[in-house]
Amino acid sequence: MKKIDIHNLYKIFGPHPEKVMPLLSKGMSKDAIMEKTRHGVGVADVSFDVEEGEILVVMGLSGSGKSTLVRCINRLIEPTSGKVLVNGENVLKLSDTELRHFRQKHFGMVFQNFALFPHRTVLKNVEYGLEVQKVDSAKRSDLSMQALEQVGLKGWEDSYPDQLSGGMQQRVGLARALALDADIMLMDEAFSALDPLIRRDMQDELLELQDKVQKTIVFISHDLDEAIKLGDRIVLMKDGMIVQVGTAEEILTNPANDYVAKFVEDVDMSKVITAETIMKKSETIAYYKTDGPKAALRKMKKASISKIFVSKERKLVGIVKAADAADAAKRGEKTLEHILITDIQRVSPDTPAADLFPLLATSEHPIAVVNDSNNLQGVIIKGLILAALAEGTQSNGNENDKAA
Amino acid sequence: MKFPENIQIPLDKWTDQAMDWVLMSFGGFFDALGSAILKFMLVVEKFFLWVPWPVLIIAVGLLAWRVMGKWWSGLMMAGMLFFMGMLGNWEMAMRTLSLVTSAVIISLAIGIPLGILMASSDMFEKILKPLLDGMQTMPSFVYLIPALMLFGLGKVPALFATIVYAVPPVIRLTNVGIREVSPSVVEAAHAFGSSYWQILFKVQLPLARPTIMVGVNQTTMMALAMVVIASMIGAKGLGFEVLLAINRIEIGRGFEAGLCIVLMAIIIDRITYAMASGKRA
Ligand SMILES: Nc1ncnc2c1ncn2[C@@H]1O[C@H](COP(=O)(O)OP(=O)(O)O)[C@@H](O)[C@H]1O
Ligand SMILES: [Mg+2]
Repeated sequence: MKKIDIHNLYKIFGPHPEKVMPLLSKGMSKDAIMEKTRHGVGVADVSFDVEEGEILVVMGLSGSGKSTLVRCINRLIEPTSGKVLVNGENVLKLSDTELRHFRQKHFGMVFQNFALFPHRTVLKNVEYGLEVQKVDSAKRSDLSMQALEQVGLKGWEDSYPDQLSGGMQQRVGLARALALDADIMLMDEAFSALDPLIRRDMQDELLELQDKVQKTIVFISHDLDEAIKLGDRIVLMKDGMIVQVGTAEEILTNPANDYVAKFVEDVDMSKVITAETIMKKSETIAYYKTDGPKAALRKMKKASISKIFVSKERKLVGIVKAADAADAAKRGEKTLEHILITDIQRVSPDTPAADLFPLLATSEHPIAVVNDSNNLQGVIIKGLILAALAEGTQSNGNENDKAA
Repeated sequence: MKFPENIQIPLDKWTDQAMDWVLMSFGGFFDALGSAILKFMLVVEKFFLWVPWPVLIIAVGLLAWRVMGKWWSGLMMAGMLFFMGMLGNWEMAMRTLSLVTSAVIISLAIGIPLGILMASSDMFEKILKPLLDGMQTMPSFVYLIPALMLFGLGKVPALFATIVYAVPPVIRLTNVGIREVSPSVVEAAHAFGSSYWQILFKVQLPLARPTIMVGVNQTTMMALAMVVIASMIGAKGLGFEVLLAINRIEIGRGFEAGLCIVLMAIIIDRITYAMASGKRA
């Protein structure tokens, strides 16, 4: 389901935005508009949607309009024109009172500079949103304590924000947004002010938390590594406009233009490319129930391979070597039972290529890519990984994806 | 050389006429206002004249100890108050204190809301700012004139003039205090769906409190300064004592009363200053 659906959103800063709209549609650049009319283009003709339960990362350089965009969603900044549908309701049509209630119900927000209330204790900070909703004090402190526990800040409830480290302050910010139990989280560069190690921890924790709470998250970031790690999908912005929308892999392996290509240049491909991208999908397999050693041997010869994976009732059970199959055939065995090697490496489709190297180095067999129910999805052999990484942006080995 | 009479303008007559008109049209209003203010002042004055002196001295000592954090500060403030009694000026001091207290209470009741209004409207700030600047640069006894015209002689015009003179700092600093609250914190409050009043009372005023308290301190000190001048139009108290002493050239009596004013100023200043700079309540 589409949780957030944004259509042709514009935000122009200045006294006469309506005069700037025609210039934009003529294709005039943001800088030229600034030069000529003294109006700033925050967001221009942005359309995208966010699925329920998805983490959508909006990424772009500083000044590209990310903060403006996310504030247009809950109308902390009033958009110039366009549509913002949340659960199918146009936020831009709400009256002031309706908007306040809508914010209380649907939006939790986390800020780059934390924006905690310095005069309130940690607990009182987390309680703020509930206090605004006039939730009674017992329930308020209950829910807030739960939220604090979720972010690992139990025992700090009576401290003041200035007594906490940056990482802990942002945990308070996170708890403050979680306590509301709003269905959407807006996070504007929530981790950008933290130092790299703490930042990585916070990213991990956010992912863990998201597994449990299943919110719809719009996460703003200027850091591609962060976007790749967190984002189910990424929206890439430049000068207030969207240049590309897609999964990390789509953007990295197929940049829409030079701008995107430049952006993704320094990303370590081995962290981004996953087993699924580089595996060989159309591998021949032997069937445990119907194929004997002879049949397996024939399949291997036909596909010019020396080892073949064996499946039983669509589940991967092991691998058979050509030499063993030949021996077994000579001995007159009718099944693969005695020559089946069950001790093989299995990985899930989303394993990063970087994690596949050590496996390949220690394993004498190809690596099997299996899904959660142990169905064989594809096979990884050494050459494929190297080829994929060498080509950088162009993935290899999945040419058959569409056909298979 | 004589200034030509034919280009002089009769501003004095105009003013009189305007004043007459105001009194004609709103006389009832000012009478009612005057008697309401007087009632309030009498309650405050009654209280200060009723409080037994040891109780007040101990209360001031304890308050000073609490807000300044040191027991000997409390002892010193109590000592100064005691000394004022020893100079034989207790009753006069209480009258002055009650006038200051009434003036400060009314000033805050007017000034803080005006400051809030000023902070929430740039337009209003633009209008009010030069007015406040003007009020503060004007010599204080100028305020006595309209006060006299509106309310006649006595306590009420004294209080009125005191308020007009003392109210600007609290308006100004309430405005500044609220405007200085970090916009990102206010934005966060908006993001969680707060109303205007919720933001005002849960975020802006608590965070502006130290600055507002500086305004309260300044307003109080100015009220005390004005009280002396206001005694020229008939408010009894330490200022009246000084005035009498000057008229009769009684240097010793004037010195005593003057010293009491200084001591009272120190006590009030120290205590309100400590309240302003104190951390979380
Ligand atoms: N209140 C404002 N008034 C005028 N221009 C603004 C305002 N806020 C942002 N802008 C402009 O809009 C553009 C986008 O800003 P912003 O959304 O903060 O970018 P980002 O968050 O990606 O760094 C910038 O060019 C900025 O100068
Ligand atoms: Mg930003």
